[in-house]
Formats: sequence, C-alpha cells, structure tokens
Amino acid sequence: MSEQQFEPRILALICTFCTYTAADMAGSARMQYPATVRVVKYLCTGKVDVMHILEGFEAGADAVMVSGCEIGDCHYLEGNLRAKERVEHAKRLLEEIGLESGRLEMFHIGASDAPRWQEAVKMMTERAIELGPNPLRKLAEIEAAAAVAEEEPAPVRALAI
Amino acid sequence: MIVAERKPFEEIKAMLSGYPRVLVVGCGTCVAVCLAGGEKEVGVLGAQLRIAAKMAGNGVQIDETTLERQCDREFMEPLAKDIGRYDALLSTACGAGVQLLAELYDDKPVFPALNTNFIGVAEGPGVWTERCRACSDCVLGLTGGICPVTTCSKGLLNGPCGGAVAGRCEVDPERPCAWGRIYDRLEATGRLDELAAVQPPKRHNIHVQPAQIVHLAYKRRYGL
Amino acid sequence: MELRETLEKKGFVVTAELHPPKGTSLQALLAAADKLKGKVDAVTVSDNAGAVMRMSGWAACRALQERGLETILTVACRDRNRLALASDLLGAASLGARNLLCVSGDHVVLGDHREAKPVFDLDSVQLLQLAAELAEGHDGGGQALTGAPAFLLGAVVNPNSDPLGPQLLKFRKKVEVGARFFQTQAVFEVESFRAFAAQAREAVSDGGAKVKVLAGVHVLSPDEVGRLNEAALDPRVLPGLRVPTHIASGLIEAPGKAVELAGSLIKELKASGLCDGVHIMAGAHDGEAADAVLAALQAAGL
Repeated sequence: MSEQQFEPRILALICTFCTYTAADMAGSARMQYPATVRVVKYLCTGKVDVMHILEGFEAGADAVMVSGCEIGDCHYLEGNLRAKERVEHAKRLLEEIGLESGRLEMFHIGASDAPRWQEAVKMMTERAIELGPNPLRKLAEIEAAAAVAEEEPAPVRALAI
Repeated sequence: MIVAERKPFEEIKAMLSGYPRVLVVGCGTCVAVCLAGGEKEVGVLGAQLRIAAKMAGNGVQIDETTLERQCDREFMEPLAKDIGRYDALLSTACGAGVQLLAELYDDKPVFPALNTNFIGVAEGPGVWTERCRACSDCVLGLTGGICPVTTCSKGLLNGPCGGAVAGRCEVDPERPCAWGRIYDRLEATGRLDELAAVQPPKRHNIHVQPAQIVHLAYKRRYGL
Repeated sequence: MELRETLEKKGFVVTAELHPPKGTSLQALLAAADKLKGKVDAVTVSDNAGAVMRMSGWAACRALQERGLETILTVACRDRNRLALASDLLGAASLGARNLLCVSGDHVVLGDHREAKPVFDLDSVQLLQLAAELAEGHDGGGQALTGAPAFLLGAVVNPNSDPLGPQLLKFRKKVEVGARFFQTQAVFEVESFRAFAAQAREAVSDGGAKVKVLAGVHVLSPDEVGRLNEAALDPRVLPGLRVPTHIASGLIEAPGKAVELAGSLIKELKASGLCDGVHIMAGAHDGEAADAVLAALQAAGL
C-alpha cells in the first residue's frame, strides 16, 4: 500500500434519466463527495459498450463506474440490464489480463437518490485508493503529453484532464 | 457455419512475445457470427493486449483491422500496402483463414487467436452446436435429417450402442442419444422401415486430406 | 466343449467375464482362469473395457485357451480401423480363437486415456459383417484369404434400454448379419428382463430359435456399491450398470449381499425360461472376480 495517497481518476458512464439526475441533484444540494469522478453522459447505459470500458482503462482511468436506472425502471426498458451483463463480461476480460475487476462496478441509482450517488462515488474512490493507481496511468499521461507536443492525435483517447 | 472460440488470453499473449508491432486481423464472417473473431472481438482483444503489455512495461504497438473474410485472397490483398509496418500478424479467423493469410504474407509470423471447433448452427444467441463433420458422404436423407456421424458420439451408422441411459448419451447425460432422436423422428413420420437396411461402413477416401474441389465449370480454366 | 456345441446342447449356459492385465503379467488372470475352469462353459475376455487400456484380448485368450478354457474374444470398434480389426481377427483365429463378441465399445472419454482419438471406423453391425466375410474366405475389400477363420459370432444387447425400440432395431440387424448369441448388459430383476425377452424374440424374424441370449448378471464389488449413489446422478461413474433404486439402497446398506443378490437372480432367470443362460460379470478383478462368480453360482445352486 503506497504511503502517499494519490488522487484517483474515476470514469463514470451514467445514464441521463436516472443517475445523471441524481448526480445533478447532489451537486445542487452541495452534497460533499470526492472530486474524483469524470462523468460521461449516456442517454441510456444500454449504449455502454465493453470497448468504452476497456478504452477507459487504457486511457489511464483508475476505476470505471457504470450507473443506470434501478432494475425495472429503465427508460428504455432493458438498457440497464444489458449494461449489467456487459459490465460482468468486462470484469472477466479484466481478470484475464491481470487488471483487478474491482476497478469496475455497475450501479443502479434512481433519479431522486442523490445520497446513493454520493455513496457510490465515495465507495469507488476508496476502492481505487486501495487497489492503487492504474498501472497504465503514467504511460497514458506521457503518451497524451507527447501527442499534444507533436500535434498528433493520441494513440488512444487519453484522459488529459 | 464454422464455429470457433478465442484461445486463452495467456496463450495468445505468449505467442506475441518478442514482436513489437502486431496487426490483429479480424474476419467478418463465421467467426463474427459466433462472437469469436469479428470486428468487435478484435477491438476487445486489441485493447486487452495493449493494456496487458503496458502493465508489463512492454512497449508494443497493437493495431487492428477487420476484413470481410480471410478465406478469399481478394479481401486480404489490400493489406499489402501496410503490412511492412508490422512484425507479426494475429489472425482471428478460423484455421482456414489463418492459413491463407499466412500464405499471402509468408515472410511474417502469423498466429491464430482462435481454436476452430466445428461446423454448426446457432441454437440461440451465444449458443452453437456441432452439426456436421464434412464427411463427404452425407446420409442425412436416411436418418430423418439428424446426422449420426456428428451427433452420435461414436458416429454409429446402424443404430445406438447399448450405453444410452433414458435416451441420453453415455458420454454426456446432457446430450440426447442421436439414434433415439432419429428413431423417434422416423417413427413419427411413418418411415421406421427405412432404418432396417444395414448401412455399410463410411468411405473415407472420397476426399483424402488435404482435399481439393474444382467446380465442373472451372476445370477447363485450370486445364483439368 | 466348444461354445457352439454348448449353446446347442446345454439347456442353461454359463459364461463369465475376465479382463486382461494392465501389463504383461498374466499370472493373476491365469490364476482366476484356473478357478473358473470346469465351472463355467466359457470365459469372455474384454477389450479395453470401460475404455481402460489393457493387454490385447487375443493374447489373453490364447493364454486361457492353453490353460484349457473355452474363450470368447470381445472385439470393440473404438480403438481400431477396419484393417486393424481384420488383422486382429485373423491373428486371433490363427491362435485358436473361434468365438467373437462384437461390440461398439465404451467411449474413450469414460476411461483412462481420455485424450485418445476414438476410432469407430466400423460399428458393431459392420464388424459382425466383416467377421462373417472373413469366415467366407475374403477380406472387407473382397480379396481372397489364404486361410479363412471359422467364427461363432456374438454381440451385446441392452435389455434396460429406455426406449427399447432403437435397441431392438440394432438387435435385428445384428442377427441379420450373423450374430448367433448375445450377452446382455446386466439386469437386476427378472421382471425387467421379461419385457425385453418377449420383444426380442418377436424382433427376430423366425421366432429367434437360432439366436441364444445369455442374460447379464453383475456381482457388484464393495467399491462399486460405494459409488452407486454417485452413479444414480451421473451414469458415467459406473458405465453399463443400471441398478434400480430399491435394489441399490438395499445393497448400500449391506454390500455383502451382492453375491446373494446375483445368486438368486441367476436362479430366477434359470427357472423363468426367459434366457438361454447367464453371463456373469464382476466388479472385482482377477482372482476376486472368479471368486465372486463362483460364489454367485453356488448361491444359485449351480
């Protein structure tokens, strides 16, 4: 376990109708939670592709959260169920290559459930700290910086944030 | 169609060790349908290989491309202009496609990312069963459309062995006895008497491996 | 007496099964054979039974013939193509084998060499046909032989098959191509055999007078009894053994009763007139198998 705590960078792939609304509400209510999350807003988590998750890790994300509506409440009926299956599959793909599947998690957070969003981000942040930085993070940052310097597109979409 | 499965990740990773620039070549036909080697799977495999390599501190370049299929030279010829940039090719085609790719670009190591399993059909999304062994001597007309060569674990042609238990194969209780199914189907359609004749042994020399077939209409073109 | 004659003349024939050794030492097999000599009409030598690799049956048969026993050579389709099968049949015949039991063979994955390639170039019907052709003086390709074997052809039928229809279909074909005696897979109750026997006789065109059926009786070893519960859930655990639940539970409580059970079954089968004899198999090996067979015969009053 590293002595100096690093600032995790967590990618959150969340749906418009439920989780995003909850996150928004948490923001308006000034609920406190770690500023570790970068949000990507999907219309529905049903559009989350396994590749998006893998690309997130390739770009150096320390953890990835996928969060959709509560089961049964998906605005598009089954999107969150598909997302759940894909997250399960992505976890297996991560384990295969030696990256901890704990870095990836699926959540179901209803539109009014701001506290749940707060809890989820805290949990994933703690988990990312516990697991340590993504081994690719340094490399991804270097590649992104090099690409910017040479005015070339980065080999992988890096989180240059 | 041909049904294949991706090899264990560790095996693929080991094949590529020592090659800094790899092109993953996918196939958009059979292996895409059985979710083993199509564009999508190539994307996932490429990402996994890159992540794994970087975790190990290996500088490696893994690029991806997916072709219509790898069993026709015309779809692979366009690769020629870029192939010089790579040290090895990883093909996610079936065994046939891997070979043709290797033949076309024979100065580069070509590795198979898949294990090719069988000729089969989709039972539903994500489930495929073996149906045909390409025996070159089809007897489906005699067995109600159920292949005894493939779906009987022993490939028996004259009826079941004594090993079936409650209509399930002795090799795997999850599988029905093929001859039980054949019998039932022919009985249901009043054709049981078609099973009475003693079937002779299979002719294995109709096409001695490795076989080649030249279509009648093309024989003259090849001077045959 | 030759088996052909025994089957014709004797009212109730008794055969027993022995496995060749897994190795070159014939000692234990011969000791078992010595015990059975004179007590059974013939000994069936298995062919990599249960897909467990053992010495070739024709070699073991030769050793038993020299010891004075009448033998039945089991030939399975699992391990050899049609050339090798014909070679073995000719070799066996030249060494004195005259009775064959042609079987499909338990699948490779049930045994102790699970990665081996299953052959099955011929099925049991085609193998019987091949043996018949060799006996007519020509090989499978029609070429003439310099010296033809004489075989009494036998095969197996499973009276417990459910459904029975497909099994009888094959039984008919086996008779058609020349099988003249059958050893069945083990039965444990006369009643279940009764249903089979009636249909089997009917299935053979001329009333089956020329076909002899020896009902299989298996004396379970304590080890096999110990695995009965497992086998009830997975038939691959004890291939070829279908023990009805009520009998299984009785045996699990008292494994020693296996001999008694076999004995009374043999007695009942004899009295029933449903079969032309019995073929006794034992879960034990070599000398212990012979002991079990003799004990069962004694319990049956034979």
